[in-house]
Amino acid sequence: MAKSGIRIERLAKRFGSGDTAVLALKDANMQVAPGEVVGLIGPSGSGKSTLLKCLGAVIDPTAGRMILDDTVIYDDGWKVRDLRALRRDRIGFVFQAPYLIPFLDATDNVALLPMLAGVANDAARERARELLTALDVAHRAQAMPAQLSGGEQQRVAIARGLVNRPPVILADEPTAPLDSARAMAVIRILNDMARRFETAIIVVTHDEKIIPTFRRIYHIRDGVTQEEAGEGRGFES
Amino acid sequence: MISLAGRDILHAWGKFVFTGVGLGLLIGVTLTMAGVYRGMVDDGKALLDNSGADLWVVQQGTLGPYAESSSVFDDLWRDIRTMPGVAQAANVTYLTMQVGTGDADVRAMVVGIAAGGSGEPGWPPYLVAGRHITRGHYEAVVDISAGVRLGDVLRIRRNHYTVVGLTRRMVSSSGDPMVFIPLKDAQEAQFLKDNDAILMQRRRTEGNPEFNRPGVPGLVDAVIASQTSNSYVNAILVRLQPGFAAQDVAVPLRRWKRLTVYDRAEMEGILLGKLIATSARQIAMFLVILAVVSAAIVAFIIYTLTMDKIREIAVLKLIGTRNRTIAAMILQQALVLGVLGFVVGKIAATFAAPLFPKYVLLVPIDSVLSFAAVLAICVVSSLVAIRVALKVDPAQAIS
Repeated sequence: MAKSGIRIERLAKRFGSGDTAVLALKDANMQVAPGEVVGLIGPSGSGKSTLLKCLGAVIDPTAGRMILDDTVIYDDGWKVRDLRALRRDRIGFVFQAPYLIPFLDATDNVALLPMLAGVANDAARERARELLTALDVAHRAQAMPAQLSGGEQQRVAIARGLVNRPPVILADEPTAPLDSARAMAVIRILNDMARRFETAIIVVTHDEKIIPTFRRIYHIRDGVTQEEAGEGRGFES
Repeated sequence: MISLAGRDILHAWGKFVFTGVGLGLLIGVTLTMAGVYRGMVDDGKALLDNSGADLWVVQQGTLGPYAESSSVFDDLWRDIRTMPGVAQAANVTYLTMQVGTGDADVRAMVVGIAAGGSGEPGWPPYLVAGRHITRGHYEAVVDISAGVRLGDVLRIRRNHYTVVGLTRRMVSSSGDPMVFIPLKDAQEAQFLKDNDAILMQRRRTEGNPEFNRPGVPGLVDAVIASQTSNSYVNAILVRLQPGFAAQDVAVPLRRWKRLTVYDRAEMEGILLGKLIATSARQIAMFLVILAVVSAAIVAFIIYTLTMDKIREIAVLKLIGTRNRTIAAMILQQALVLGVLGFVVGKIAATFAAPLFPKYVLLVPIDSVLSFAAVLAICVVSSLVAIRVALKVDPAQAIS
């Protein structure tokens, strides 16, 4: 399947009905190409999390269109039957906190996703080790999450988001708990991985430190997105 | 696919082991309670087995000699012995009382056995030490669980008895050890009054004008003699000749001798259905309560363990884990906890059983049923946690 990233058009989400209805997302439009990292910023209550949950197929939008790698997955209704498989195979997640499974070591935390998709254990672990090597945490492959530093945990979490080679990764405040140096390192890694795996990455952030690194930024205010060019030039590999 | 439940257990093995041990002790109590019931039933059956009888002849209309008191004349055995199909018939008395052993006393069933020898109905079928009773008075054969030794002296009422033989598993349906003594001594122990009471009764009889009539010499002496005689036993034990069915003999005995006769099956029904029925229901109630408590504890533990992993479950659901994988993880943990608890409980019950004062019989079928019950309880208990886990919104993983 040709990679064309993700595109959303006129996406809307209403919570409740009647007098108590809240239109959290009014008109969200976005296009992120493969290998591109864009920022999604906005004040609290602007609809960032709602948009992220819609993109992640965690909640149902009310209207609009979503196209993933030239496949319409939402057009005023889901066009894919199995949203769980969609999340597993075609959307990667990186959270504010790493949220690694505490009883699995770093390798199995990453390998779990391909295993869930039916990949044999050995093949899944091999794929996980390759990613951990690419992210420079191969030496901690057998460590449990509690034995990893914050930065190492976040890199393992990024590996988990990438392991099924999804066309899009949704990163929710991935640098919030990190200091400047580590935050910049994470953004550098995301840029590298986006280019390497031709993945579109959307980074939701409040972090002033990393906002200048984005080439393109989507501002969201009152449920409406607005695109603008960023100050950054991304990170050259 | 890796076992999420197994990995979680290995990761938090200390928590699981301690929880399993705690649950195991509870299961051990449950198994022991079942063993107590089985022990009571076995004691009842041992009582019947050890009597060596095929039929129990008792006072008409009673459930004697074990479940109710029964008195029959001690010469009836001769009539019964002449009935067709009767091989042996022997008098027997049973009296549960405190028997003095040195400075202490022990609850025991005193059995009066008729003269004869080993093999007679009512006699202990085997000894583990010493010899059978050979004298007409003041010798005793005692179950080893009474804690006495050969040569010890027992005190029953106002008489003393020397222990000449020891036997094993000769117990009443309550688990009290049996003390076998000669029949005449047992009749005295059961029916004869103390000296003061006899003296008082003589004076009352002499003072009664109905018995002490002028011009009727010898009447009062005859009445007093009848009052102090001990011509009763509790039952007559009958052993059948080969080829005779129990009812072939029991029916004519009931009809012509005006007595109540029980065969082995009927006597077992009385012992199990009436004598220990209340105790059995009591134990059954305990078993039900323990099962409910165990279920509640397993449910609480599994629920707590699941709640501790809510965020991880949300992440698992977000990244595409099937509901059945998450449910299986919780269910497997509950089952592992159950298996661990059962193993600990079985070991605890096995080692604790001999320490109980009464017989605790652990039978394999109870273990099998308990194991199945534990697994069923674990499955049911995990349903609450599974329900909570399946309701977790994957959106919780996203801030």
